[in-house]
Amino acid sequence: MLTIKNYVKAESLEQAYELNQKRSAKVLGGTLWLKIGNRNVQTAIDLSNLGLDKIEETESTFKIGAMTTLRQIEKHEGLNAYTNGAVKECVRHIVGTQFRNCATVGGSIFGRFGFSDVLTCFLAMDAYVELYPTGIVSLEEFAKMPYGNEILVSLIVKKKSMKIAYETLRREATDFPVIAVAVAKWDETYHVSVGARPAKAAVVAVDAIEDAAEIAGKFTYGSNLRGSAEYRQHVAGVLIRRLHQRLEEK
Amino acid sequence: MKQKVKFILNHKPVEMEVYPEERLLDMLRDDFHLTGTKEGCSVGECGACTVIVNGKAVTSCLMPALSVEGKEVLTIEGVGANGELDPVQKKILEFHAVQCGFCTPGFIMSAKALLDENPDVTLEEIRRAISGNLCRCTGYEQLAQAIYSASLELRK
Repeated sequence: MLTIKNYVKAESLEQAYELNQKRSAKVLGGTLWLKIGNRNVQTAIDLSNLGLDKIEETESTFKIGAMTTLRQIEKHEGLNAYTNGAVKECVRHIVGTQFRNCATVGGSIFGRFGFSDVLTCFLAMDAYVELYPTGIVSLEEFAKMPYGNEILVSLIVKKKSMKIAYETLRREATDFPVIAVAVAKWDETYHVSVGARPAKAAVVAVDAIEDAAEIAGKFTYGSNLRGSAEYRQHVAGVLIRRLHQRLEEK
Repeated sequence: MKQKVKFILNHKPVEMEVYPEERLLDMLRDDFHLTGTKEGCSVGECGACTVIVNGKAVTSCLMPALSVEGKEVLTIEGVGANGELDPVQKKILEFHAVQCGFCTPGFIMSAKALLDENPDVTLEEIRRAISGNLCRCTGYEQLAQAIYSASLELRK
């Protein structure tokens, strides 16, 4: 059960950061995962007054505010045109529309959850996070970092000449993925991201995809109620091969 | 300690004092006595708790009550006007898409959010929009057909 002593709508990033320095404080994203956990929060920090719920597109980047919902990125025409619909694909299985209207990109990325479709998909792109007060960090590096007290401000995607595709295996629609894979080609290199291993997504860069099973073998896998490590590795290889074929057809 | 929240509820300005961890669902049912919104699973999976906040369908069982400060909240009680049923409600009755009725408010809210944004939708888009709402009784087909019929009505 989640208990909260004090609920604050932050008026600035600085205030949010200062409040978040106490161990008993918690930044609220969509509050979906937090609400079903057990935690006593002294100060809940709501970022919804900080204008972080926008997607800004320029010629060179997408800047996705941390409070942007998964539904917003699902429906964003520019983002989906750039990713050939991969962003829409990566969120459309997540529970339902009303759930995606609450879940935030910031919550998904900061949480670095094993099941995160969002992290898996964006990790294959040239993506960065903007942290307050730290600054810009590559998403690949951020995914490896331990949880800290900084505030996630935005997810930044640098536009490249890129092809990307995303696929998951799920036992049932709207369930967590058994395995999640994104394959992107940019800067003459394939970037293969595998998530729900069940560990959080990781990415490798390769010059070519000739043996998809070998590339799947570069990741570690584990077993849980959704599948065994061996099964996950096998299916990861299958999905890498399929996504590679899909990219080559484009 | 309770904190105050001011917002628009079913087209009227309201305010309430709630504990910080109170969910929107709790405030609607327990404080405003609007029991049309149901608690089915408490984890955002079943859609029975669906309400509309600032035009978007949301899971009220996971949303903090204090987060709706300054926003517009619509519950099933606010659907339809002047004693007249909303087109979605009429079609759900016409298509016999209700059995026990527990999931029905949630389906109506999801459908209304979809059709208010754009009534020109396909049956497939409707099925996707209501994929976050579970029904143990009807098998979904009548619900989808009813909502599609309502969309045709609203396009006129």
